[in-house]
Amino acid sequence: MSVSPAHPAAQKLADLIQRTPYIRRLGVRMELAGDEMTAVLPYGGTLIGDPGLPALHGGVLGAFLEMTALAQLFIMTEADHQPRPIGVTVEYLRSGRPVDTYARAQIKRIGSRIANIYAEAWQETRAAPITCLHGRFLLTSRTGASQSNSSSIQPASTT
Amino acid sequence: MLTILQDMGSYALRASPQAKALGFTLTAIAQGEATVRCPYHPDLVGDVETGVVAGGVVTTLLDHTCGHAVLAALDTFRPIATLDLRIDYLRAAEPGCDILAHAQCYKLTRSVAFVRAIAFDRDKDDPVATVQATFMLDSSRSARRKGSTSHAPTTTDEEASA
Repeated sequence: MSVSPAHPAAQKLADLIQRTPYIRRLGVRMELAGDEMTAVLPYGGTLIGDPGLPALHGGVLGAFLEMTALAQLFIMTEADHQPRPIGVTVEYLRSGRPVDTYARAQIKRIGSRIANIYAEAWQETRAAPITCLHGRFLLTSRTGASQSNSSSIQPASTT
Repeated sequence: MLTILQDMGSYALRASPQAKALGFTLTAIAQGEATVRCPYHPDLVGDVETGVVAGGVVTTLLDHTCGHAVLAALDTFRPIATLDLRIDYLRAAEPGCDILAHAQCYKLTRSVAFVRAIAFDRDKDDPVATVQATFMLDSSRSARRKGSTSHAPTTTDEEASA
């Protein structure tokens, strides 16, 4: 898996953020180191679900991990269209305290149609994740890195 | 607990800053069941090309509605926390439409509540998403006692009354 030079990851990421109002609404930042991305969810009072503890809303953490998985997948493929989530499984390991939260996603497999991704969120301690997500995404016919790589070889044989 | 929730109306929703920020309203509550509405807003869109609300918003709505169904199944108030959610996105939500979620808590044990829910826009029989979830009961007692960095679900069984 490599990032196509024709579609630099940074440009793709900027496009994705530009096209996704909900990423901006949550105030999520996405920082690139090569082709690996770290997403940051800055703490804000409106992210609280349970004011008694207080704890971040579980749904927000699930949403944050889902957008992290989607963004990591998007920058790793040549597709111009966002992958579509088929399903996610979210596990809550620890309560989310009222501080900044970070997340990274790992692509487990990109097939011609389906991508499987694992993402994890943490706060102060990377080794003590607060929430993790397994996601299944559908790559539309115009998407999929391996797909477009193999199809780009095709025209050469016809010349 | 159900009568308290009925008396409170949407107080519990207004008490949750995230639910308030998204404009959630509790539209129905019954024994072990809850329905919550998420109004459409352009800020919640996942892709401006399609105008479809982000999957993450549906995640938050489903988590929240499931939590209310658990509270509505309990005899007295007990703090709860989500253990896991497994969501299937069946289709894209209709752009411009409010999304509703209906959740049912179908099993309570001493420590765990089991819930299922659907999210839909126009027709309840044509859902946008379905979810299966579990919740920990008396969650904050164990969190306070064991510290915030501990694993959440442990040893509250002996304290649980039911």
